[in-house]
Amino acid sequence: MKMNVTLERAAETNLCVTKLRTDMVSLFYGKFQALRNVSLDITPCSITSIIGPSGCGKSSLLRLFNRMNDLIPNAVVKGKVELDGTDIYDRAVDVVDLRKKVGMVFQKPNPFPMSIYDNIAFGPRQHGKTNRAELDKIVENVLHRAALWEEVKDKLGQSALALSGGQQQRLCIARVLAVEPEVILMDEPCSALDPVATLKIEDLMRSLAQNYTIIIVTHNMQQAARVSDMAAFMMMTEDRAGELVEYGTTSQIFTNPKDKRTEDYITGRFG
Amino acid sequence: MRNISPKTSQKIALGFIWAGGFITAAILLLIVVYVLSRGLPALDLDFLLTKPRGGLSGEGGISTVIVSTVYLIGLTLTILVPVGIGAAIYLAEYAPSNRFTNFIRYGIEVLAGVPSIIFGLFGFALFVTALHFKFSILSGALTLVCLLLPTMIRTTEEAIKAVPRSYREGALALGCTRWQTIARVVLPAAIPGIITSVILCTGRAIGETACLYVTMGGSAAMPTSLLSGGRTLSLHVFYLAMETRAMDKAMATAAVLIIVIILVNTLTTWLARRFSMRMGGGQ
Repeated sequence: MKMNVTLERAAETNLCVTKLRTDMVSLFYGKFQALRNVSLDITPCSITSIIGPSGCGKSSLLRLFNRMNDLIPNAVVKGKVELDGTDIYDRAVDVVDLRKKVGMVFQKPNPFPMSIYDNIAFGPRQHGKTNRAELDKIVENVLHRAALWEEVKDKLGQSALALSGGQQQRLCIARVLAVEPEVILMDEPCSALDPVATLKIEDLMRSLAQNYTIIIVTHNMQQAARVSDMAAFMMMTEDRAGELVEYGTTSQIFTNPKDKRTEDYITGRFG
Repeated sequence: MRNISPKTSQKIALGFIWAGGFITAAILLLIVVYVLSRGLPALDLDFLLTKPRGGLSGEGGISTVIVSTVYLIGLTLTILVPVGIGAAIYLAEYAPSNRFTNFIRYGIEVLAGVPSIIFGLFGFALFVTALHFKFSILSGALTLVCLLLPTMIRTTEEAIKAVPRSYREGALALGCTRWQTIARVVLPAAIPGIITSVILCTGRAIGETACLYVTMGGSAAMPTSLLSGGRTLSLHVFYLAMETRAMDKAMATAAVLIIVIILVNTLTTWLARRFSMRMGGGQ
């Protein structure tokens, strides 16, 4: 609750032009350092892509924002991660509230083994909404926004596992929307999908970016270039810790990279 | 050995595998056919509905035995299932990996391998004698709980652990608490496995003899409460075969046992399939 109050106040007074910020963040898994001194400011209602070679800590960075790294025993975070100016690793922050605000879409579509309707209604139900009419409205609304309504409106009672991969991923996005988040984290959301389904997800991301702050980790350079407003390029150093090499507008990163390593990676000379 | 061609070695391997399957099926069929052919002639509605008369003749039916068995299994499952699922959830989801939990796990492994008569002696000492439950259905059920708990916990834990990590992550990322995640996503997904483990335990409980002999006594009277003594179907078969001349009645009772076990197994398969169909979109 304490966090809510602070967040609302921050939003009211418009103090933050930055939605999410990391300030000299390092992440350790036991003795292994996964991230070193990452500082990043993320603008609200935009798409930020995180790119870089495998193992450079992209997913680890993404999972800092909704504290999914908490699930890994002996993960330690140093530095600050802020949402609307509040340190989300502060003791007063309730991680459950945080994850309602910061939703996540995973690499492999992970609908629950239940009906399409129940998948969408899952989040709202767990957070106390039981009114059937209200749930019906939420389900229809978010399925529309996830561009899935027309395909599933006649089979809401059927198992979500019977949908195609692309439909499942859009369902997972709809499931996140139903919790009314402010930020959506996407961890290589298209890597398990075919090109057509990928394009649909990308269109969806563009339309969602009007209302949500989206951060996407991707291996696909073209995808980053197509969808994102801002791009962050990461690499690992010799001790395998991930560092932020360069961060800027997507067009700058792709057409006029300042760092030699970024240029090498973008042009395919390395990576 | 080197001279055997790959094709020949494949044939030999297939021969072994086929023989293994054949022998297993043959043994099963042989037992079922033997017991049913010897037992069915003496089996009729009258047999199921009359009391055993007791004594050396082995006259009478098995009505009280059926009632005792139902009471015993009912009471056993009522205690076993919640405790077993609770322990399994703790071990699979909450238990940190330290010396204490490793010791618990080790203990469960060992307990699962202890012969049932040892549990019987323990049950006799604790429930029958120390707690004054006497020879009763309650003593028998509590002993069965001790005997079956390790199996129940282990199989349920496996079922819970088999639920994909991605379900847990998905629920947690939606802002669910750990308990909501377990209760609403993990457990429902693990239900087919949990049902299987319950039925497995039921099957073992129905078949158990030795440990019940020393905790339930073996009274053939109609049980009036859970503190009454009693005799299960397996025990009755044992009594009839060892202490009476009524081998036909023993076989008839055995036939009832076999039919019950086959029914229970069929029911399990059917239930598990229904659940996974509902969960898995009919594939």
